[in-house]
Amino acid sequence: MHRIHSHRVLAEKIHEFWIEAPLVARKYRAGQFVIVRTHEFGERIPLTVVEADANSGRIRLIVQEAGKSTILMCRLQAGEHFLDVVGPLGRATHIENWGNLVAVCGGVGTASLLPIVRAAAAAGNSVYAVIGSRSKDLMILEDEFRAACKEVRVSTDDGTYGIKGFVTDVLRQWIEQGQKFQQAIIVGPVIMMKVAAALTKELAIPALASLNPIMVDGTGMCGGCRVTVHGKTYFACVDGPEFDAHGVDFQELILRNQAYRNLEERALHGLLDKGCQLTAQLEGAKHA
Amino acid sequence: MPDGTAAPKKAKRERVPRVKMAEQAPEKRIHNFEEVPFGYTEEQAIVEANRCLICKRPKCVDGCPVNIDIPKFIAQIRDGDFLGAARTVRATNSLPAVCGRVCPQAEQCEVLCVEGIKHEPVAIGNLERFIADWELAQGQIALPEIPPPTGYRIAVVGSGPAGLTVAGDLAKIGHDVTVFEALHRPSGVLAYGIPEFRLPRPVVKSEIEYIQRLGVKFVYDVVIGVTVTVDELFEQGFHAVFIGTGAGLPRMMNVPGENLVGVYSANEFLTRVNLMGASRDGYDTPVRLAKHTVVVGGGNTAMDAARVSLRVSGNPVTLAYRRSMEEIPARREEIHHAIEEGIKFELLVAPLEVLGDERGQVKAIQCIRMGLGEPDDSGRRRPEPIAGSEFVMECDTVIVAIGNSPNPIIPRNTPGLEVSKWGTVVADEATGATSRPGVYAGGDIVSGAATVILAMGAGRKAATAIHEYLQTLPKP
Ligand SMILES: Cc1cc2nc3c(=O)[nH]c(=O)nc-3n(C[C@H](O)[C@H](O)[C@H](O)COP(=O)(O)OP(=O)(O)OC[C@H]3O[C@@H](n4cnc5c(N)ncnc54)[C@H](O)[C@@H]3O)c2cc1C
Ligand SMILES: Cc1cc2nc3c(=O)[nH]c(=O)nc-3n(C[C@H](O)[C@H](O)[C@H](O)COP(=O)(O)OP(=O)(O)OC[C@H]3O[C@@H](n4cnc5c(N)ncnc54)[C@H](O)[C@@H]3O)c2cc1C
Ligand code: SF4
Ligand code: SF4
Ligand code: FES
Repeated sequence: MHRIHSHRVLAEKIHEFWIEAPLVARKYRAGQFVIVRTHEFGERIPLTVVEADANSGRIRLIVQEAGKSTILMCRLQAGEHFLDVVGPLGRATHIENWGNLVAVCGGVGTASLLPIVRAAAAAGNSVYAVIGSRSKDLMILEDEFRAACKEVRVSTDDGTYGIKGFVTDVLRQWIEQGQKFQQAIIVGPVIMMKVAAALTKELAIPALASLNPIMVDGTGMCGGCRVTVHGKTYFACVDGPEFDAHGVDFQELILRNQAYRNLEERALHGLLDKGCQLTAQLEGAKHA
Repeated sequence: MPDGTAAPKKAKRERVPRVKMAEQAPEKRIHNFEEVPFGYTEEQAIVEANRCLICKRPKCVDGCPVNIDIPKFIAQIRDGDFLGAARTVRATNSLPAVCGRVCPQAEQCEVLCVEGIKHEPVAIGNLERFIADWELAQGQIALPEIPPPTGYRIAVVGSGPAGLTVAGDLAKIGHDVTVFEALHRPSGVLAYGIPEFRLPRPVVKSEIEYIQRLGVKFVYDVVIGVTVTVDELFEQGFHAVFIGTGAGLPRMMNVPGENLVGVYSANEFLTRVNLMGASRDGYDTPVRLAKHTVVVGGGNTAMDAARVSLRVSGNPVTLAYRRSMEEIPARREEIHHAIEEGIKFELLVAPLEVLGDERGQVKAIQCIRMGLGEPDDSGRRRPEPIAGSEFVMECDTVIVAIGNSPNPIIPRNTPGLEVSKWGTVVADEATGATSRPGVYAGGDIVSGAATVILAMGAGRKAATAIHEYLQTLPKP
């Protein structure tokens, strides 16, 4: 059982947790994730560890309400518990002194990129970032990015903040203004990663992408997290989650992540239709 | 028989046929996950026990990897001494209710049975299951007397049959044992792989409870090599480490279309259903409801995946295996059950490509027919594709069950641990000793994917060797 030390809403449907997981906190390195189960009937859900404090034994998770499991998770309050937290899983980001690194992120992927940005800056890189979101209210962690980066540019789909457009528009513009990047790292919705990967390829900037396939065990046992990179199959949980962005078959990842769409939607509607049952389920889950 | 003095004796030994277990009817059981065979009644067990010749030189024992004293426990059943029989079995086998159900008896103990030379072999597995179930039905299994704590601490990595055996054996002699398991539930393949209709959960649960009552501690959600390394286990004061992490890395077919939506490894499919409860009400993990499933493979895993898919989807399932019924490696009983349940067998067939639609969903599998050529290294005739025999089977789900490789996490993260070119941990066959002092290994991580009882046999040997090793250390 892992006690929730704090729970805060960062933006609509985006929640931050600090939870007790001393073994993970002690071992964690940037780029790694945990698998979490909140209750006895729950799914095993992969979540990036955004920050860890080995002294207090706590880790920071940032979760977007996407479907049933994450919605239930985000109803949990400080003092309550996550049932299982296992990790730190996946390979840590391989950080070199690249020179100028550009971090390209969007949505909740921003949270996954923060620790990498910090680690890259600590390793002597000059870090630049492009953060995208749908609108101003959904922008998260901007201050923390500014603290770690030389420069941060933002874009929103609706133009309520920063440049109106996509992260790729910002990146292209930046380069046209003469900015040089030796390395890019991309984390966000798969469609965004696909477009950003194509752009960095066009601009001949080496790029890493942190992939988010559906996972079950997270230990290499099930193969559910298969991704194709440069025509070869990898298990993202043990071989990744980061891969050469220029080799990733993003279309396949998009399709595979929708594998359970109908079933998930049914589960979600079951949950939302019966608002009162949600509380009952949660109560049941807590006592299970 | 008019001649010979042996006649009266023979007349007394009336030849009775092997007692069959009653089973759930196929048309009923394909709609549920309840166990297929019901087990023997006491009367049936005694009748079957009477078939045993109680041999002076019992061949059957040689075939059992943990050398259960088979004639002794069968004689005890025959005499109605069930408690004694249970003790005899438990003396060398800490998971009898499991082994009685899942051992490949037909190739191990029963194949060597003396009675089986001319007639049907004694149903050793069924009797073992009977006595283990009888014991469980009595309530708590009686604990052996445990000597005072020795103060030695042993870390067991992985809670599959190998790890459980080591843990139980060492706890019984007073050592302090902690089992570390990566998943949220114990027992390895017994929990995530083998389905309930072959191995009911309460059976596994009570075996685990017994091991806990011996004093073994279980820690879940810890991946050794990642969360804590083997070196750190020693730093934390463990005196010895046993690695029993199994062969949980699914092999894929390496054919085009293998990552389409609807292609599962058997491990993923079975884990979703068995460990995560995907087919049960109230559980959040989803699983596909196939219209037609094609399972590729012919081992126990393939049979399990096929029969689980049949139960979950209620729709047809076809099994494609590249050799013939002669070579198919699954337990005979499972093949028989699968056929009864209506699984269609496409034998001498190999997959070439999985075909998908515009949404990336599986819509068919292209296969080729095989002929059998010369015997290969394994002595089985090598399947060879027959040119021009390609054909397409429509299906929306493909489950790949063509084997598992050793789990790479420990080998990757443990300096100084010798690993073979197949990724298995190199360990002494007699002791389980690895290239690192104090580190022992056994089960599928050493042998490659094998059987429950072989993993337990390796665990038993390692436990003995670990105990001897501990005696060479200073008293804690
Ligand atoms: C290595 C890794 C790190 C991740 N880190 C984070 C994180 O830090 N914060 C966070 O909020 N999420 C993260 N995710 C994604 C998160 O695991 C999924 O959002 C979650 O599993 C969805 O579960 P659900 O039951 O709530 O939604 P579901 O009902 O399962 O899905 C809702 C929708 O999300 C899509 N989806 C399902 N699984 C995934 C997935 N794994 N990734 C992306 N989309 C998915 C489905 O297509 C569906 O449309 C990470 C995923 C991986 C693999
Ligand atoms: C579907 C299926 C059906 C089968 N049917 C039969 C049958 O009918 N009869 C039979 O005899 N055999 C059968 N087998 C084979 C048998 O189950 C295995 O040979 C046996 O379970 C091996 O035992 P083990 O203890 O070596 O490993 P496993 O049972 O694989 O257990 C290993 C455990 O270690 C854990 N682990 C792995 N890595 C780590 C780590 N780094 N840290 C912590 N924990 C870790 C795993 O999560 C797992 O729980 C079947 C196998 C499968 C997959
Ligand atoms: S453990 Fe397996 S091999 Fe040994 S007697 Fe029992 S069924 Fe036979
Ligand atoms: S070999 Fe057969 S008949 Fe002889 S003791 Fe063993 S089970 Fe009984
Ligand atoms: S999540 Fe199961 S192998 Fe990666």
